[in-house]
Amino acid sequence: MRPILLSGHERSLNQIKFNKDGDLLFSVAKDKHVCAWWSANGERLGTYQGHQGAIWTVDVSPNTVLLATGSADNTVRLWNIKTGECVKVWDFPTAVKRVAFSPDGSKLLAVTEKRMGFLGTIVVMDIKYGDDQLGNLEDQADEPSLKITCEDSKATVAGWSFLAKYIIAGHEDGSVSQYDPKTGDQLENVQAHEFDHQINDIQFSPDRTYFLTASKDKSAKLISARNLAIMKTYPADTPLNSAAITPKKEYVILGGGQAAMDVTTTSARQGKFEARFYHKVFEDEIGRVRGHFGPLNTIDVHPAGTAYASGGEDGYVRIHHFDKPYFDFMYEVEREQLRK
Amino acid sequence: MAPSFDTLTEQDLHEEEEEEVDFSDLKEQYEVKLEEGLDTFVVIDGLPIVPQDSRQKLVKFLLRKLTSVGQTSEDAVFMPVNDKEMTEGCCGLYTDLPSSSTKPPEQAMAAVKQLHGVPLDKKHTLAVNKLMDIERYGREGRIEEEYQEPTTEPFKEKEHLRSWLGDANARDQFALYRNDKVGVFWNNKSNPPENVVDRAHWTQLFVQWSPKGNFLASVHPQGVQLWGGASFSKQKQFPHPFVQLIEFSPLEGYLTTWSSRPIQVEEGQPILTFEEDGKNIIVWDIETGKPLRSFVSHDLTAAPAVEGDVQPKKKVQWPAFKWSADEKYVARMLQGQSISIYEVPNMNLLSRTSVKIEGVNDFEWSPATVTREGVKHYEQLLCFWTPEIGSNPARVAMMSVPSKEIVRTRNLFNVSDVKLHWQSQGTYVCVKVDRHSKSKKSLATNLEIFRVKEKGVPVEVVDSLKDTVINFSWEPNGSRFVLINTGENPTGAAVPPKTAVSFFAPEKKGNVAGSFKLVRTVDKKTSNGIYWSPKGRFVVVATVHSQSNFDLDFWDMDFEGEKIEAEKDLAANLQLMKTVEHYGVTDIEWDSTGRYVVSSASVWTHSMENGWNLHTFSGNTLSENPTEKFKQFLWRPRPATLLSKEEQKQVRKNLREYSKEFDEEDKYAVDIANTAVVETRKRVLSEWVAWLRREMELQAEEKEAFGLPDDADSPKLALDAPIGGEDKGDAVVEEIVEEIVEETEEVIG
Repeated sequence: MRPILLSGHERSLNQIKFNKDGDLLFSVAKDKHVCAWWSANGERLGTYQGHQGAIWTVDVSPNTVLLATGSADNTVRLWNIKTGECVKVWDFPTAVKRVAFSPDGSKLLAVTEKRMGFLGTIVVMDIKYGDDQLGNLEDQADEPSLKITCEDSKATVAGWSFLAKYIIAGHEDGSVSQYDPKTGDQLENVQAHEFDHQINDIQFSPDRTYFLTASKDKSAKLISARNLAIMKTYPADTPLNSAAITPKKEYVILGGGQAAMDVTTTSARQGKFEARFYHKVFEDEIGRVRGHFGPLNTIDVHPAGTAYASGGEDGYVRIHHFDKPYFDFMYEVEREQLRK
Repeated sequence: MAPSFDTLTEQDLHEEEEEEVDFSDLKEQYEVKLEEGLDTFVVIDGLPIVPQDSRQKLVKFLLRKLTSVGQTSEDAVFMPVNDKEMTEGCCGLYTDLPSSSTKPPEQAMAAVKQLHGVPLDKKHTLAVNKLMDIERYGREGRIEEEYQEPTTEPFKEKEHLRSWLGDANARDQFALYRNDKVGVFWNNKSNPPENVVDRAHWTQLFVQWSPKGNFLASVHPQGVQLWGGASFSKQKQFPHPFVQLIEFSPLEGYLTTWSSRPIQVEEGQPILTFEEDGKNIIVWDIETGKPLRSFVSHDLTAAPAVEGDVQPKKKVQWPAFKWSADEKYVARMLQGQSISIYEVPNMNLLSRTSVKIEGVNDFEWSPATVTREGVKHYEQLLCFWTPEIGSNPARVAMMSVPSKEIVRTRNLFNVSDVKLHWQSQGTYVCVKVDRHSKSKKSLATNLEIFRVKEKGVPVEVVDSLKDTVINFSWEPNGSRFVLINTGENPTGAAVPPKTAVSFFAPEKKGNVAGSFKLVRTVDKKTSNGIYWSPKGRFVVVATVHSQSNFDLDFWDMDFEGEKIEAEKDLAANLQLMKTVEHYGVTDIEWDSTGRYVVSSASVWTHSMENGWNLHTFSGNTLSENPTEKFKQFLWRPRPATLLSKEEQKQVRKNLREYSKEFDEEDKYAVDIANTAVVETRKRVLSEWVAWLRREMELQAEEKEAFGLPDDADSPKLALDAPIGGEDKGDAVVEEIVEEIVEETEEVIG
């Protein structure tokens, strides 16, 4: 499994995202550029210029028409993927840590930071896709259609469940909440991870019935979107920054490493800068992929399950296309099940 | 003077407000104890009743007794006389004159301690009590008028201290200290260990097993606590405040504790008495939980300070008290002067004096009771050494205890340091002598091996070692040894010094061991630690506490294969079985059966990849256990076997039979475990599939209920323009890769 090394960023990566077809990969980093790459060969397609600060988050609309980014310059920007134009800017009082399109692409949520006297919020914007010819994409609502304020502990990450029925958020205190996206009411809150250990990532299964959280408490958990029941736990020996569910094979990929601020004081050996593969159902660790020389900040899996990419504190994105043994590997019980 | 009401100032009023603050703790602390003035009085009871005339005689007699413990005088005695002009059989006594200088309360205490219960004659026994105590306990109303029988607690069966030895699979236990938690576990080979107990904050400093494994000691600022039995319940307590170091005696009868802070005894302490005040070391009797005797610690003199430099810190001498193998004697050295040998349990000096040895630098007891050839009477052996003093040579000597007779001495020259290494059965003692050349520039090492059990204790010298030996270790119950020496270390180089590991064995010579010969030397190593299996034969030579090397070499001294021709006369067949690495290893411990070795990296030394790895005796790694904030791994020691020599031989003979049985059991266990794993996996997988199916159904129901199309979650169809116009479906990207399979050049003629 020879990785393709994408070196287009000058600073540490914050988030990477495949589009629904998996042919494109978008990456954002602390330098102010958004990069788009061909996932097959790692060629850079282009960049999206305009942000004035570190970009924390990126998401692609399901039809690969619009790209949303959230940044430390307190804005969410919407881009025309094809032309590279910025079609909309929303201003917020604080930095934006996470954006996510709803499954059908009709809504976009943004998580804003708690700072300078402002509480953390989750806002929802309605998204329009212009006319039939994809013109007039600038026509977007100026005001969010919903605003959820996190009184207790700020949200760090959020996403949409199946049918956009719930908004699921992970919090700084290690808990996970379920909100009603129509009313903004909190329906449920579960202390999924150890108290005061921030949740750093949340990623959904393809059918969005369950999701995976990655936390500073050195574990990732698979949780049901319907009732927030914790179904699986994947323990690691290092704080986790990102966790992804692989389609096609029943795996999860976890990434992390010694916190970025402590890295200079530890050896690379100690840092544990590896992507770890666990079996999703049996919770066993089955393999590791080395390569980064800093903590892994973000991981995303190709929607077809044929490749995964990781972005690190070291400023590189590595795309790995899976080899045959990856697809062949199976537990004996799985094989049996398959035969039935 | 308290201000009168009308002169009260604003401030005074304010003070009154503050009165409401709860000062009870301060009051308690500073409360004056009025009774204390009576500290120096004692009351003596049980005296014969005599007429007034003989009173004077009795007083004189009493004074004679009392002056042996403290100063007093006739004036200080008060003996009441009743109306029949007879004495009442008791008297009060002030034990001290104001002019004397020692602490009066202590004299009163001494009087009580020494004279209480002393019989005067057949009928009369003295009862000496402090007046304070009589005030405290004997005041009216404090004692019930009617005698009430003390209720005897119903007998409670205590837990069996050795229950762990009855494990059906003869597994071993170990204690694991990590983070704030201490746990005891069963070793399950490569399977995860089985927990027995796991307690948070079980200890403050460290844990330690007693030498026979009956107790686990935890160390707290209040003292030492021993735990034992199947559930690790509280067994004994030794309240030595701020204890820092502890040491068990070899047969678990006694415990020595040390603290750098001298003990301050407070009134009302049930265990410690004024005897212990100002002392650093206490020797405890484990059975009773009471101190036997306490001592002020002697520091080892540090190397003399260079002019202008700060005086280097004094070293603590630990273990301060060394026990003889049978626990009948305990000895302590006053460096450069003497060795004090105490008889246990009365803790009196053996024949009332310390053994004066000018310049004595170190001593070691024989670890076993030795019977020397031609010596019939009981003795314990003690080996010590003195450095060169003036024109006198350095000296190593062996003393027999209790006779204090010197059995053997040997003079040595140009000595810079000496280390004494007893073999575990006391058969040999190896004296490792570091010698300097006349110019004191280069060092070399000599080994002088005393053959203790042979007649006249002959000494064999092994002196082919040019460099300094940094580590030496005897094979337990054997007659082979391993040593490590260093070469000249290039000064200023950052690389750790290269070391050489040498294996020695005696020549084969019938029943007695022949002279010691080098078997082999392994060069260019970095090793610094030698860890013999407690049963002998196998030895691990490792590099510990190193920044760059972490190797563990597993050696077999009796390899059952072909022997090298040159070594055929030696009682050893050396073979390296395996080398493993354990990053950052700091400690290595064999279990007491010699079956497993644990290498560990403790957070006490560094914080890199802490944890412990379990290996078999031959170096197969069974499990790796990275553990956050790992501190200590300790195998539980086992007491000596109860089988006689013949029975052990029988077992060894029938080993094949037994191992067949065990192999079958192992195989069965593995099978069971495998099936269990498969079963769980099956269950987990079917549960998962069921959950997914249920979730799909629910989702479908919901879609129906809300009237949503099946593809509600797919990208917005209505507003979705075809991407890139006409091209739909998967694009096929063709990549042409050229590869040169072979290139040949032919000359066509």
